[in-house]
Amino acid sequence: MTMQTENEVALDELRHLISERAITGETMLLNMGPQHPSTHGVLRLLLELDGEVVVNCIPDIGFLHTGIEKNMEAKTYEKAAVMTDRLDYLNTIGNNLAYCLAIEKLADLDVPPRAQAIRVLLTELQRISSHLVWLGTHALDLAAMSVFLYCFREREMLLDIHEMVSGQRMMTTYFRPGGLWRDVPVEFEDAVRHFLRIFPERIDEYESLLTKNPIFMERTRKIGVLSGEEALRWGLTGPPLRASGVAHDLRKARPYSGYEQYDFDVPIHTDGDTYARYVVRIEEMHQSLRIVQQALDTLPYGPVRSSNRKFVPPPRAELGTSMEAVIHHFKLWTEGFDLPKGAVYMPVESPRGELGVYLESDGGPKPYRVHWRTPSFVNLQALPLLAKGHLVADLVALIGTIDVVLGDVDR
Amino acid sequence: MEENLQPAAAALAERFSAQVREFRGDTTLTLASESIVAACRALRDEYGFDMLSDETAVDYWPQQEPRFHVVYQVRSIQNNLLLSLRVPVSGMNPSVPTIEGIYPNANWHERELWDMFGIRFEGHSDMRRILMPYDWEGHPLRKDFPLGYEEVAFTFNAEEIDQTKPYARE
Amino acid sequence: MGIEQKTGDMGAVTMRLEQAVNWARTNAMWPMLFGLACCAIEMMAAQASNYDMSRFGMELMRASPRQSDLMIVAGRVSRKMAPVLRRLYDQMPAPKWVIAMGDCASCGGVFNNYAILQGVDEVVPVDVYVAGCPPRPEALIHGILTLHEKVRSENLKTWA
Repeated sequence: MTMQTENEVALDELRHLISERAITGETMLLNMGPQHPSTHGVLRLLLELDGEVVVNCIPDIGFLHTGIEKNMEAKTYEKAAVMTDRLDYLNTIGNNLAYCLAIEKLADLDVPPRAQAIRVLLTELQRISSHLVWLGTHALDLAAMSVFLYCFREREMLLDIHEMVSGQRMMTTYFRPGGLWRDVPVEFEDAVRHFLRIFPERIDEYESLLTKNPIFMERTRKIGVLSGEEALRWGLTGPPLRASGVAHDLRKARPYSGYEQYDFDVPIHTDGDTYARYVVRIEEMHQSLRIVQQALDTLPYGPVRSSNRKFVPPPRAELGTSMEAVIHHFKLWTEGFDLPKGAVYMPVESPRGELGVYLESDGGPKPYRVHWRTPSFVNLQALPLLAKGHLVADLVALIGTIDVVLGDVDR
Repeated sequence: MEENLQPAAAALAERFSAQVREFRGDTTLTLASESIVAACRALRDEYGFDMLSDETAVDYWPQQEPRFHVVYQVRSIQNNLLLSLRVPVSGMNPSVPTIEGIYPNANWHERELWDMFGIRFEGHSDMRRILMPYDWEGHPLRKDFPLGYEEVAFTFNAEEIDQTKPYARE
Repeated sequence: MGIEQKTGDMGAVTMRLEQAVNWARTNAMWPMLFGLACCAIEMMAAQASNYDMSRFGMELMRASPRQSDLMIVAGRVSRKMAPVLRRLYDQMPAPKWVIAMGDCASCGGVFNNYAILQGVDEVVPVDVYVAGCPPRPEALIHGILTLHEKVRSENLKTWA
């Protein structure tokens, strides 16, 4: 198949989405992506332009469709967890969390308090590192190179923490059904405290470059304004919703993994424009630091995996002494565990919005159906709405402000 | 069941002769495909379910009828409620009325369901494939669609695979 | 040690044409700014402050394939993306090189299914494979240095 035929099919099918003026040649059709520096991956946009003004914007996704949902059906629950990391590759730990919570909800499995606290702690650190990538690339798109370099400098510290606990920088698969892979090492606390100590002033550093910067303000204020009702109608969640004045955060609304123990605010803004979304995300980083601080100060001692041997393999030390442990070990690593028949929906708050896992089991050791309700997929739908009437240059800012991760969109 | 969800679920169950199911704290209403639009409209306008969180489907092949279930998750931000709706769909000519008119973000979800399961949504404004290439044949998430597994090369079969694998040239 | 010490009084250097050309090619090999998935984030990290790829004359990522010499396939390639990838490769001016970064680009990685190409070498000829899921920035830099070594050993006949 050549690209030529693909384009012809596309244009014919898209006729109902473009205006009459495009057919007469009054407006211009322009293809943007899938290889474009500021589409944050392989997003393709078909633009109808009147001069430099966007009349219509038709996103074309699927260039990173990975078949994760289908592939997970072919693996046991524990093995399928490695796929979850690769969905939203900036929020790997958050994806693990959603998946593990769904399994635990379906199996009615307990998670020890220490594991829950470490889960919260790492998820919040991941939220910060995800926002750092967003901030860096968003600023880079608006031609502020130094912010990108600063953000990636701090992100390395977080990746070092991931590596310390799990041995991997990005794809950790550190959370397992029933708890964690293993306990955090002793150096963990010092590393997190060091980060907590220096990071607040680093945020001030980013803000000193952007918040009052006239160029940045000019390019983000009044760009892509979205009212609260519109945001709800289009199902937007996460920072885009909160920047439109709706204080909805699943960590507060339906607390999971012990979020109700921590004291934090849900930052909102009422302007609903690109600048408001920037302010909300910056403030979210401060709030995440608060949660991490509390979680670290009150970190309980105890086991990090459930003692339910039907779902969680026994510790290695038990294998030498207990016949039952050997049987459980063998069964769990060959067949995997069975989950009761039924379906659950488990939503969590990812850095981009509501990340939901729909998990259905037929009573066997493999998931019957896993569906990921990914925030980027839903939020990206609002891009045409935001882009209409703006300049092409502002479109770049709008893609950045939605914070799409194409792995999350295409699955 | 969550207390606030009780009136909405009970009223809807009676109005649309739906079955209510409770499982692990999730409430599910199973209704016929004809009443899904009216049910969603009632949920949005009368009970304050202002957001469609998710829409997906499950394939129960080789069970003959009804082969598919379309699953909706509707959320009420103001009352902090989550309700899921299930619509069984026949496998012979799978089609469901679209709810795009009530929740606009159903647009992409329904396109995805068409792409992945081959379920048509009547009245949908833009029923095209969304994730797969335009000329793709079949609907990948159906249970009778193969995973498309390719043999993995180990020492004993590496040469054999190497000979058959297409390699690109300059 | 600057070039002055090497040239001596004459201000001239003698070397083979191959060597001179290959030296020039390796020291300003512009990669294409083209990320696909997870590996692209590690590629960005390799560009950023901690790892700093500009030490190898590679800080300039070109967004246009017409201006780039090296394609780093960073991430999984779907069946929908494959024709696009090949087109980008065809648009690059010769001489051009390809690095398959990460397991997915090298062999499909964990995704052995209908949607993902089992190795980008089915679409474009690959010079260096970098293992890892995703490879660390050091691994990518090592891959690039391996490619430099390969380019340095090319001779006149292979150019034609």
